[in-house]
Amino acid sequence: MIEEVFMREQVFLPIALVIAFMILLCLYRAALGPGVFNRVAAVNVIGTKTIVLLVLIGYIFDRPLFFDISLLYALLNFIGTIAFAKYLERGEIWSR
Amino acid sequence: MSAGKGFGILVTFCAMFLFWLLLSGYIITEQGKLDVFHVGAGVISSAIVALISHDLLVKEKGEKMLSKSFRFLVYLVWELWQIVLANFDVAYRVLHPKMPIDPLIIDFETPLRSDFALVTLANSITLTPGTITISVDPEKGKFLVHAIAKKPADALLVDKTMQKKVAEVYMVG
Amino acid sequence: MVEIIGTILPPVVIVLMAVGLFFMLAGAAGLLRFPDFYTRLHATGKCDTLGEVLIIFGLLLYHFFIYSPGAELSVKLVPVKLLFLIAFIFLANPTATHAIMKAAYNTGVKPWKKGDARM
Repeated sequence: MIEEVFMREQVFLPIALVIAFMILLCLYRAALGPGVFNRVAAVNVIGTKTIVLLVLIGYIFDRPLFFDISLLYALLNFIGTIAFAKYLERGEIWSR
Repeated sequence: MSAGKGFGILVTFCAMFLFWLLLSGYIITEQGKLDVFHVGAGVISSAIVALISHDLLVKEKGEKMLSKSFRFLVYLVWELWQIVLANFDVAYRVLHPKMPIDPLIIDFETPLRSDFALVTLANSITLTPGTITISVDPEKGKFLVHAIAKKPADALLVDKTMQKKVAEVYMVG
Repeated sequence: MVEIIGTILPPVVIVLMAVGLFFMLAGAAGLLRFPDFYTRLHATGKCDTLGEVLIIFGLLLYHFFIYSPGAELSVKLVPVKLLFLIAFIFLANPTATHAIMKAAYNTGVKPWKKGDARM
């Protein structure tokens, strides 16, 4: 008896709103955290939550091809965090 | 061109081509027939990637890979159950009004030496709550670990359940 | 058989997604409450990863059984990409956490002992 319009409007939409609110909470640590390492960790968390939000929005708006975008963003987030960590530790990213 | 190098190129080409078919199969099979343009582009791209970087995927001197992969899958099932069970512990520590944490840094040694085994153990330590790997020394097998309370640190230092299970996967036979 | 799946699956999906949302809330709360950089990474690197995997797994079950109940197999097999996303997140998030913790340790950020001030 539960059909798909009910799932989309009454289950997915509140979950997406709660995740968007948590992204706003993480901005507090990104703005305030003493030093640069706290800020890099907060940006990594925001990227992780964005991946889930993209897949959910793909289902709410009836376009299930949003998986490709979130797969790409997962790769970009991972590489960005590792490049940042390497630069902060050594002063350069790629040395001969 | 020895036999090992050709085999590496072939396995990499097959894996890349299968992945290409999976990612664009929605467009191919919906039209009812396999389009020449898409499949041709897939073959050319997979061939270029396989020729340039085939030695990242298939190592030259791995032995007994099949039994190791099978034991690895069994270990993965046990590990997923441990992750779910112990994440409730960290959620309890976060939401408790008094926040019972007491961080400390420990280090220990393992007899594992190969790349795969060290990466598996480091990822398992980071995923089960209570501990995070700080640094790994690949020549002597030393791990530097940051623990959040006394109980998970004891589970690594005194019980050594996780080290024994990983050693069972990679070192027997 | 189809009726049994049709009535038992939506509550399972809702429970999976609710538990995943609870873990993500715990991860974000840990980022704000903990007193030190190393302990904050503990909270986010683990709870966040598991909560995300649970939510995406719930969406995979939803797509396979409820979203397209009578279509052909080639449309139903689209969410195999979500399995790749789950495997990648399981490998990539702990590695990024470990990389940034190693950079902080080698640069000289001091850990927190019980009884210190909040930093």
